[in-house]
Amino acid sequence: MQWPPPWRRSPLVSATPPPGPTRGLLCPRRVSEAGDSSTEGARTGHRHYVTPAESAMEGRSQPLPSLRPASPTNAPAHGRGSDCTAKEPPLANVCRQNYGAAQDPVEPAGRRSASHVTGSSLGKAEVACGRRWRWAELLADTSWSPAGRATEMKVKMLSRNPDNYVRETKLDLQRVPRNYDPALHPFEVPREYIRALNATKLERVFAKPFLASLDGHRDGVNCLAKHPEKLATVLSGACDGEVRIWNLTQRNCIRTIQAHEGFVRGICTRFCGTSFFTVGDDKTVKQWKMDGPGYGDEEEPLHTILGKTVYTGIDHHWKEAVFATCGQQVDIWDEQRTNPICSMTWGFDSISSVKFNPIETFLLGSCASDRNIVLYDMRQATPLKKVILDMRTNTICWNPMEAFIFTAANEDYNLYTFDMRALDTPVMVHMDHVSAVLDVDYSPTGKEFVSASFDKSIRIFPVDKSRSREVYHTKRMQHVICVKWTSDSKYIMCGSDEMNIRLWKANASEKLGVLTSREKAAKDYNQKLKEKFQHYPHIKRIARHRHLPKSIYSQIQEQRIMKEARRRKEVNRIKHSKPGSVPLVSEKKKHVVAVVK
Amino acid sequence: MTANRLAESLLALSQQEELADLPKDYLLSESEDEGDNDGERKHQKLLEAISSLDGKNRRKLAERSEASLKVSEFNVSSEGEKLVLADLLEPVKTSSSLATVKKQLSRVKSKKTVELPLNKEEIERIHREVAFNKTAQVLSKWDPVVLKNRQAEQLVFPLEKEEPAIAPIEHVLSGWKARTPLEQEIFNLLHKNKQPVTDPLLTPVEKASLRAMSLEEAKMRRAELQRARALQSYYEAKARREKKIKSKKYHKVVKKGKAKKALKEFEQLRKVNPAAALEELEKIEKARMMERMSLKHQNSGKWAKSKAIMAKYDLEARQAMQEQLSKNKELTQKLQVASESEEEEGGTEDVEELLVPDVVNEVQMNADGPNPWMLRSCTSDTKEAATQEDPEQLPELEAHGVSESEGEERPVAEEEILLREFEERRSLRKRSELSQDAEPAGSQETKDSGSQEVLSELRVLSQKLKENHQSRKQKASSEGTIPQVQREEPAPEEEEPLLLQRPERVQTLEELEELGKEECFQNKELPRPVLEGQQSERTPNNRPDAPKEKKKKEQMIDLQNLLTTQSPSVKSLAVPTIEELEDEEERNHRQMIKEAFAGDDVIRDFLKEKREAVEASKPKDVDLTLPGWGEWGGVGLKPSAKKRRRFLIKAPEGPPRKDKNLPNVIINEKRNIHAAAHQVRVLPYPFTHHWQFERTIQTPIGSTWNTQRAFQKLTTPKVVTKPGHIINPIKAEDVGYRSSSRSDLSVIQRNPKRITTRHKKQLKKCSVD
Repeated sequence: MQWPPPWRRSPLVSATPPPGPTRGLLCPRRVSEAGDSSTEGARTGHRHYVTPAESAMEGRSQPLPSLRPASPTNAPAHGRGSDCTAKEPPLANVCRQNYGAAQDPVEPAGRRSASHVTGSSLGKAEVACGRRWRWAELLADTSWSPAGRATEMKVKMLSRNPDNYVRETKLDLQRVPRNYDPALHPFEVPREYIRALNATKLERVFAKPFLASLDGHRDGVNCLAKHPEKLATVLSGACDGEVRIWNLTQRNCIRTIQAHEGFVRGICTRFCGTSFFTVGDDKTVKQWKMDGPGYGDEEEPLHTILGKTVYTGIDHHWKEAVFATCGQQVDIWDEQRTNPICSMTWGFDSISSVKFNPIETFLLGSCASDRNIVLYDMRQATPLKKVILDMRTNTICWNPMEAFIFTAANEDYNLYTFDMRALDTPVMVHMDHVSAVLDVDYSPTGKEFVSASFDKSIRIFPVDKSRSREVYHTKRMQHVICVKWTSDSKYIMCGSDEMNIRLWKANASEKLGVLTSREKAAKDYNQKLKEKFQHYPHIKRIARHRHLPKSIYSQIQEQRIMKEARRRKEVNRIKHSKPGSVPLVSEKKKHVVAVVK
Repeated sequence: MTANRLAESLLALSQQEELADLPKDYLLSESEDEGDNDGERKHQKLLEAISSLDGKNRRKLAERSEASLKVSEFNVSSEGEKLVLADLLEPVKTSSSLATVKKQLSRVKSKKTVELPLNKEEIERIHREVAFNKTAQVLSKWDPVVLKNRQAEQLVFPLEKEEPAIAPIEHVLSGWKARTPLEQEIFNLLHKNKQPVTDPLLTPVEKASLRAMSLEEAKMRRAELQRARALQSYYEAKARREKKIKSKKYHKVVKKGKAKKALKEFEQLRKVNPAAALEELEKIEKARMMERMSLKHQNSGKWAKSKAIMAKYDLEARQAMQEQLSKNKELTQKLQVASESEEEEGGTEDVEELLVPDVVNEVQMNADGPNPWMLRSCTSDTKEAATQEDPEQLPELEAHGVSESEGEERPVAEEEILLREFEERRSLRKRSELSQDAEPAGSQETKDSGSQEVLSELRVLSQKLKENHQSRKQKASSEGTIPQVQREEPAPEEEEPLLLQRPERVQTLEELEELGKEECFQNKELPRPVLEGQQSERTPNNRPDAPKEKKKKEQMIDLQNLLTTQSPSVKSLAVPTIEELEDEEERNHRQMIKEAFAGDDVIRDFLKEKREAVEASKPKDVDLTLPGWGEWGGVGLKPSAKKRRRFLIKAPEGPPRKDKNLPNVIINEKRNIHAAAHQVRVLPYPFTHHWQFERTIQTPIGSTWNTQRAFQKLTTPKVVTKPGHIINPIKAEDVGYRSSSRSDLSVIQRNPKRITTRHKKQLKKCSVD
């Protein structure tokens, strides 16, 4: 309970001015109403300005209440008559007011007078009230006076400088005077809180991330590739050896190629976007032109390289005519040759994927099925380091903005972000999936990445958070095998077992299309509000809430229980053994088995 | 065997032949010699080949020119037997003119065998390590960029901006034609003036200078220079200013400060580097000697003489003289030897003793105790007694004090504090009650509640005491011998009724008031007897009968038991009982503890805190009076009492506090359950203190409370992307780094697994490690 209630606070305590006198000063109409009621009839014709006679009468009947001490010359002038004339200088220094619009918020509140209008709903008269007013004196003519009195009398009147309130052109914005004195806005925090709450709710209301599903493949989609130059073009390889090229804006398939027998294991585009490479289960590497063949021509690859072993993955260099394949070993190929320029091995195992570093382009990362991630240097033609994790890593992805950071999608439901210079501890362990993570791709901004999992969902993780910010799933989406973040960082594509490629928004509640500046401002403001109040329990709860399929939900519960049990056991072990004998291993270090030099 | 011997003889023969050859050949270079031989042989072969072309005798055994061990078709050795280095050396040794050869040979001899190469895995590991280090080094250049991007307020993608290409004006002009009449006119004007249109605007010199230093560099450089100059001028000005200061005091202070500093430094030096300190000492000694010789600081100088004249009238001058003399003394004094310093210490002690105020001595006279601690306690106790408002409290206190055993020092002390505390508070309350009595209305209730509070507190206190004593009793009974227990038994019994009595005493209001009056009365009267009584208690040793008793008891009980299990006994002021054992040690200990915890009076602090909290949580009256409203205003005028009363809104009585009956608990009632659902419970991560978080919440970001510009600034999104634009990975050029000119491909083709010399060095180092 708050005591005293805000409406009972003394005016000296709270700086809000009592409404009566303030308004009275600024709005002549109010004054006259408050004044003599006998003038009511005579005043009806006038709208905004008080006639001299009226003001004179009012002046006599009741002086205008002023919050400011009246100047000595001014005070006796009321209704006195002859001696004080209009020569009196305007009391600019007394009446100087500041009408927030052009004012910096930093300015001390002390300079602001409390006699400002705080709202703008009182119509034109009050809008004008925000301007500079001057008490001036006017000599009323006999002919001018409605009362018809022939006496010469002095009248006080408000005058103001039209420069301050008249727009120069019609297109200019109307100035809305506003007082930013924080003392006048006691409820700013609660108001913003409510706004944040509403923004959060609306975000959830508008969160409809699913955009389109591209169907046409006759088997599960095994790999995806982005076109480096065109945002709308996407390539996909399926498990039946078919490669399709899609147009995202039209959401249809442009071209279909029967590229391989068996799976298309890997697909990548050349850095210039003129051709692309595929590898398949038929031990071949094929290069294809991006544009289709002419009418009547057959679909034929530009080059075909026959290998001795199966290639399981391929990636193209970011700048040069070099590509890398993996299988039994990592091979680096010159596009012009049919033999690899160099092959790098470290141990004997099948390597499942290889990725070029997009920034320091001579670096490669690969992951093999004996649970390790190996880094290579192409220039020196040697492997660099190997890190062995608890379980097998399916694929890795380099951060496109941070040269030494990569993220590994692991079979143990987690993703690990590593700094390649310090492999013994991952920078971050991202956990939320409830089954093996099959693919990962970074947003081109390098701030987030998306991961595809065997648990039939894709999740978006911020790079520096261990928990996902978003989870996407649909009823029909099966195990998601591959995922890509488009190069404008707005969309996400995923290919799954049930032969479809789905297109999602990266920001679930984002409005698509061109935004007006006001929309943009509102969006930014809402975003900031959500950020500001994100720790408040109500807002947090709403922002975090997601609907999950029952399988995932129950899996999460189950795993939580298992994790808790494990934790408890560890705690008990520590508790019941000699202090120091059971080492405390952090979550980050727990999953790294070894780093091999 | 014979064959063997034959072979040996043959070998010897061939050696002899060779030896005969050598001196003749050594002038020729070896290669030349060989070349000749080879040529001959080839020629021979050629001849043979040609002759064998006839067909008849194709395969013909090569003709041997030298003696050989075995003549075989397959093992042809035209070069003969192996040479041993020693064979070559022998003739060299004999002749002195073969110095160069000797040298060469010795060099050959000194060379050791090449070590075995490392195994393949090892080599690969080393390669990898070297390569990794190199790569990590390359990558580390991205660290600042990454850090900057992570901390950036806003990132705008795509990163590479199409910079407005600033083409030189001549290029622009050359490709541009005047179309509108205005443009044509302007062009005409320009051409009339022969403005250099196509000529380069910058001379080669200017261009070169531009290229020599980038703008930022130049700016930085200039800023540095400016700063240096500013600093210099600042120091100069400072020095000048200081020099100008006429105040002698100032200079004195400065000098003193310097001296102090030097002393400190010297101390430091002595600790760190004794040798240097010694040198310093020597210097000082030298200065002293100089001083002695020069007599600079004696009162013989011009200045000193003038001062001496002034000194009669001027205090400052006198002081200055004094100072000079002291300085002289200081400088001319011979340095103390270590043994002397000890003596001096003793001396200082004496001085200290002298310095002890007379009060102490007086007390000592009174108490006859040798221990200064105890003396102090005596004085403090007496003082306390004097200030004590309730005389009844005293005997009890004393009793506790006496009865305390060493082991149970702490709890009893606490009791004491509690009791004293309670007394104080009671008196306070009484006073307030008295004052309240003066007020006509509303005092009755508060009084009642006050008395109730007193009662409740009393109960709690008494309970505590009881518990303490009981526990003590138990302990004693378990430890002590039977007589002790017997001795003990009466004491608590006596005490308990006393303690129980006390709450009853103040139960009625009348009595309370009476008590208050009594206090006022007794305050004047009582202190003296109390003091006397105390003193009599405190000086047991003076009495002739007391030691005897003590001795008797000591015979019965051994000392240690006595220390641990001393029975509490009660004495009242009215009936002075037998003097108890007063152990010096015990008292000392108690005193020590008391002194150690002199500052922290925890209970009092707590109670005070609670009182404050209660006060703060009470709803406050609202005063709505407007000074000057409806009456004359001005400085010094106050609204009338009537008006004040009218506009004063009384606060409603809040619900009773939850901790009303819990004396040692403060329950915060500010927490609002309904609001709690909307409040953050834990301080969020990046914040280190709650006020930081609160401040971020308190500053509004909306346009309702901020100017448009501030609003825009406050709501800038963290990441801005352009719709429909491809964001490429960051490049070295984007952030101002020079990207490597060599392509990865060319590098890989040029060095397929070749190691540079630097690598070799590193490799060697690694292998050594």
